[in-house]
Amino acid sequence: MADSTSARKQMKVSDEVAVQITKMNKWYGTFHVLRDIDLTVRRGERIVIAGPSGSGKSTLIRCINRLEEHQSGQIIVDGTELTNDIKNIDKVRSEVGMVFQHFNLFPHLTILENLTLAPIWVRKIPKREAEETAMYFLKKVKIPEQANKYPGQLSGGQQQRVAIARSLCMKPRIMLFDEPTSALDPEMIKEVLDTMIELAEEGMTMLCVTHEMGFARQVANRVIFMDQGQIVEQNEPEEFFLNPKSERTKLFLSQILGH
Amino acid sequence: MTDSSDRSIAFARETMLPAREPPVSQRGIVRWMRENLFSSPMNTILTLLGLGLIFLTIRAALPWFINGVWNANSLAECRAIIAERAGPDASGACWAMIRERWHQFTFGFYPPDQYWRPILAFGLLFAAIAPVLFAGQKRNLMVVIAGVAAFLLVTLYLASTPLLAFVFAAALVIVLAVLSQTQPGKLMWFTVLYPALTFYLLWGGSIWEPVTAMFGFVIIAVTYRLLVERIGVAVSSAIGVVLAMLWWLFIDAHVADALASALPLALPKVNSDQFGGFLLAVTIGVTAIACSLPMGILLALGRRSDMLLIKTLSVGFIEFIRGVPLITLLFTASLLLQYFLPPNTNFDLILRVIILVTLFAAAYIAEVIRGGLAALPRGQYEAADSLGLDYWRAQRLIIMPQALKIAIPGIVSTFIGLFKDTTLVAFVGLLDPLKGVTQIVRADINWKGIYWEPYIFVGVIFFVICFGMSRYSMSLERRLKRDHR
Repeated sequence: MADSTSARKQMKVSDEVAVQITKMNKWYGTFHVLRDIDLTVRRGERIVIAGPSGSGKSTLIRCINRLEEHQSGQIIVDGTELTNDIKNIDKVRSEVGMVFQHFNLFPHLTILENLTLAPIWVRKIPKREAEETAMYFLKKVKIPEQANKYPGQLSGGQQQRVAIARSLCMKPRIMLFDEPTSALDPEMIKEVLDTMIELAEEGMTMLCVTHEMGFARQVANRVIFMDQGQIVEQNEPEEFFLNPKSERTKLFLSQILGH
Repeated sequence: MTDSSDRSIAFARETMLPAREPPVSQRGIVRWMRENLFSSPMNTILTLLGLGLIFLTIRAALPWFINGVWNANSLAECRAIIAERAGPDASGACWAMIRERWHQFTFGFYPPDQYWRPILAFGLLFAAIAPVLFAGQKRNLMVVIAGVAAFLLVTLYLASTPLLAFVFAAALVIVLAVLSQTQPGKLMWFTVLYPALTFYLLWGGSIWEPVTAMFGFVIIAVTYRLLVERIGVAVSSAIGVVLAMLWWLFIDAHVADALASALPLALPKVNSDQFGGFLLAVTIGVTAIACSLPMGILLALGRRSDMLLIKTLSVGFIEFIRGVPLITLLFTASLLLQYFLPPNTNFDLILRVIILVTLFAAAYIAEVIRGGLAALPRGQYEAADSLGLDYWRAQRLIIMPQALKIAIPGIVSTFIGLFKDTTLVAFVGLLDPLKGVTQIVRADINWKGIYWEPYIFVGVIFFVICFGMSRYSMSLERRLKRDHR
């Protein structure tokens, strides 16, 4: 625990703002999902977002690359405001990597093709170069030998590591994780978390929606607790876990850390 | 090894049990028969009844086939031969009719001295679709092209092809064979040029007409290339299509005439009313199949579009076309369309029929593909979006390859249905193989009274073609299967 804390201290957070959300609101029909969200993420920050299901945490990070549209307020990603301008959306999306709960690999393409597709078609990188980058990241997530298989032939944990590598191949400046370990067998969760920890140690700006509190303790420099579409509490991990301020947070922590 | 019930509950397996052979009752033909034919008394009875029925059918039909006569000049002669061979009461097929009228079933009233043209077009058809069906598979491409070469060598010789055309065909096939082994990707260019070549071969006339018509597509491609980076896929292709339309409507004919008077290269003209038989069915079927797939894809995307106008137009088109019988559309093609066109435009009847059959098939294909699109998990769209792929690239690289794969069985059944529906052109006076040609044959005094043989013959040929499509679709599904573990 002490080791990991010191490791976390070493990860640098710059003053540069990566994501700035002000007074953001979103409705699904008449249902008010996100209410007056204010959030500033600095470059190099690792933020874990926790909360009960239906609290709007996934919706929040999906708004950051506009997989969901917000109805009022402002989201500025890397200096670009998210509006309906398609050119801007595609530019922001290519700078923001996203890892999904269900991996969402492309089943008709090999692992290598999954990784090189976006660099070749969006970044216009030559095929040879894109394949070298892809192999580099596959080695990093420790499955270079699977490069020519199809996603259906891999285990869940391997697929999720491929999904992380696929995002990294675009050399994103921000990574979003939407419950990356929730669909995995217990034996496979660790291999994915290890990959994410390694990524955090390299100073990637990360926003993770997850229930892995061990991961939050080890790498996050801020934990955000959401309920009913609002940010209820945010704090440094030690403080958050040892001295939760709000009753709702206390209840939530007692539920998930209770056994 | 210790027994697990022995004294304590602690137990650890040291060696894993090897897999053993299943008992005889779970293996091979015995198991298959037991499960499928004799699994219960009721099923045993049904099996025996079925076998009896098959036996009776064969006993009734087999003599008719065996007594068949292949050499005769009329039905009466056929009957005389059968009576002489198998006794006065025996029945038999008179296949001699097919022998004598084979050319009419195949070509309709196409001028006999020009038979080499549809034959060449038919042979090259396989070379043209091979790169689509077997993309990049050098071995299969070689097999197809070798087959085409063998077919053309024999049939073109039999059809007494002019030497120049024979040399041209031989050179073309050799070039294609070399390309297929060195640069299989380049074969697609032949596929692209094939429609113009075939149009020229089948209908004849000046060579410059198909050339200038193809130039319209060049205009679309060039406009698209120049503008796509600046204004996007949809707008640039729309501008390209508009420019090409202007070319086709106002400039095309003049340029073709000018070129034709400067350099007259022409084949004798063959009119549409001389087309018939399987030549007609294949011409309409293949063109409509090739055109309806891209159109169906666009309609399916249009139906799922967020843009109200595009969505409404697509839904309206699909529902209208699907709600109307094909025969109505064919009558529209043969009668009504002429009223809406400017006076003195002579719009070929086969072309009109092809357009309406294409529209008809496209509406069905659109719905089949929409089914495939709906079956894709939303995560695929989100993953494509999150990587920064724009709409058209996401569709082309991620969505369509998967949706089309899911839709293969539906698409192929639509194609099979479409191919069989080409016989309906009989209703607008075209000479389809099933009704048109058969009627002409039966109107001949020599073959009056012949009944089963022409229908069986045409049916068998349709079956072979449709069964081929079905088998190809199954092999394609197997080849594209990706969820193996």
